[in-house]
Amino acid sequence: MSIRVEKVNYIYGKGTPYERKALDGVNLEIHKGEFVGIIGHTGSGKSTLVQHLNGLLHPSEGRVTVDGVDLAGKDKETIAKRHSVGMVFQYPEQQLFEETVKKDIAFGPTNMGLDEGNVERRVRQAMEFVRLDYNTYAERSPFRLSGGQQRRVAIAGVIAMHPDFLIMDEPSAGLDPVGRMEIFSRVKEWFEKKYFSVILVTHNMDDIARLATRLLVMHNGRVAMDGKPMDIFLNHRKELQACGVDVPPLTDTLLYLKNQGIPVPETARTVQEAAEKMADMLKGDTHAD
Amino acid sequence: MLTDITLGQYYPGNSFLHRMDPRAKIICTMIFITAIFIAESFWSYLLVTAFLLMTISVSGVPIKLIVKAIKPLWFILVFTFIIHLFTTPGTTLFYAGIIHITREGIIRGTYMTLRLVYLIAFSSLLTYTTSPIVLTDGIEALLTPWKRFGVPAHELAMMMSIALRFIPTLLEETDRIMKAQASRGADFTTGNLMHRAKSMIPVLVPLFISAFRRADELATAMEARCYRGGEGRTKMHQLQYTGRDSIGFAAVVAVTALLIGMRIMS
Repeated sequence: MSIRVEKVNYIYGKGTPYERKALDGVNLEIHKGEFVGIIGHTGSGKSTLVQHLNGLLHPSEGRVTVDGVDLAGKDKETIAKRHSVGMVFQYPEQQLFEETVKKDIAFGPTNMGLDEGNVERRVRQAMEFVRLDYNTYAERSPFRLSGGQQRRVAIAGVIAMHPDFLIMDEPSAGLDPVGRMEIFSRVKEWFEKKYFSVILVTHNMDDIARLATRLLVMHNGRVAMDGKPMDIFLNHRKELQACGVDVPPLTDTLLYLKNQGIPVPETARTVQEAAEKMADMLKGDTHAD
Repeated sequence: MLTDITLGQYYPGNSFLHRMDPRAKIICTMIFITAIFIAESFWSYLLVTAFLLMTISVSGVPIKLIVKAIKPLWFILVFTFIIHLFTTPGTTLFYAGIIHITREGIIRGTYMTLRLVYLIAFSSLLTYTTSPIVLTDGIEALLTPWKRFGVPAHELAMMMSIALRFIPTLLEETDRIMKAQASRGADFTTGNLMHRAKSMIPVLVPLFISAFRRADELATAMEARCYRGGEGRTKMHQLQYTGRDSIGFAAVVAVTALLIGMRIMS
């Protein structure tokens, strides 16, 4: 199971004075079981790239295949493959339209042609995923919910399609820290249960360090770097900065301390992990004294 | 998808036409498209054609774009041609049943269609060489003298520029919502008319909600900056009438005078 991007170029506004090359010879393979973080400054081509992965945009040149099926086609198999790649856009709550939460979540599964019982089951499961109580919220109008709850309904709408690959474009933008943690911890849980692979587009390096197993850095429409997040942070910081991004604040701090000659666990992915390891090291030091 | 549509259709440039005062350009355009209807003979059409081609080449706008502006109106053009083709009396060239095609019909049809083509081409040149903001500035300035007769010049211009300002934003938004619904399996391209109209609901509902939200936010933002209509309001960029505009006027008036002369002589 994989998504392959082969020599893809994409040009916006072809033939107009506003013509702009957004993707420039991108080659990429994303395998099932990966948690891919995509970063890059504004206009680097991140959003354009992910929209190719489920056939919302078609390459000007080159091709994108999911499990070997070219997404440019129109037959049933192609459509099924597109549905296997779920997409959560930025501010997904702005696409809610149904009268009730339940109907809105059911929109995707219904379009997939599932029968009523199946749809109902998936709606319940998706609401459980985003921690919205079915009995309380199913029949409510999505427009009467808070912003955070609307976001959850929108995410549930994609989860209910049971994607093999889940693409999320800045899913936590505009959420409070608690809401952010909650969404990511649920996504992480399902990722670890191997329900889906994740492709996360974000500016937040902390999230990448904490969650991603692979990091793609986009720059000027190209994949400038591709590797393990920690390896890129620790060994390729110069190149990273050349792409207009930098290592997470935690890694930045740890690297600074290390340069000052203080032994620190610079590979720590979270503050918690760093704190625990440092505590251990400090205790170890006292024992040695 | 939708973002490929060129809108406001301004073609950025720095030509003679781009730098003309918008008021002068609007009035010149109005004079010239009236003048087109004075043309009657072969030679006067030749003059109009020559003038139009000259203006296009001065503007630096690719002819391809002018053609693109005319294309959507092909139906009206063909319709005009056919009506004149069949209804003009004169020497019959050939006929089938009750349909007679006359020499005069062909000539008249061609002329009428050309008039429309030139009309569209010339007015599209105005919007290609004038950015929407400058254009509304020009319209506002031209409407101001009519204020004493109750024409709300400033308000009209403000509404126009807000509307123009939000067209790309709403298009982008529509594009985004359509993509979001498409990735949830919505299908906008197949099925009969009823089916397709229904498939637009998931796009229109969010679009309206966001349009109203934006309008509300914009109103608040304008209030916060003490906007209260055009009373006593000055402009950062004053419109300035220059020698360039006189040349433009002179050219248009000369062509118009020639056309009137040709019509009287014939």
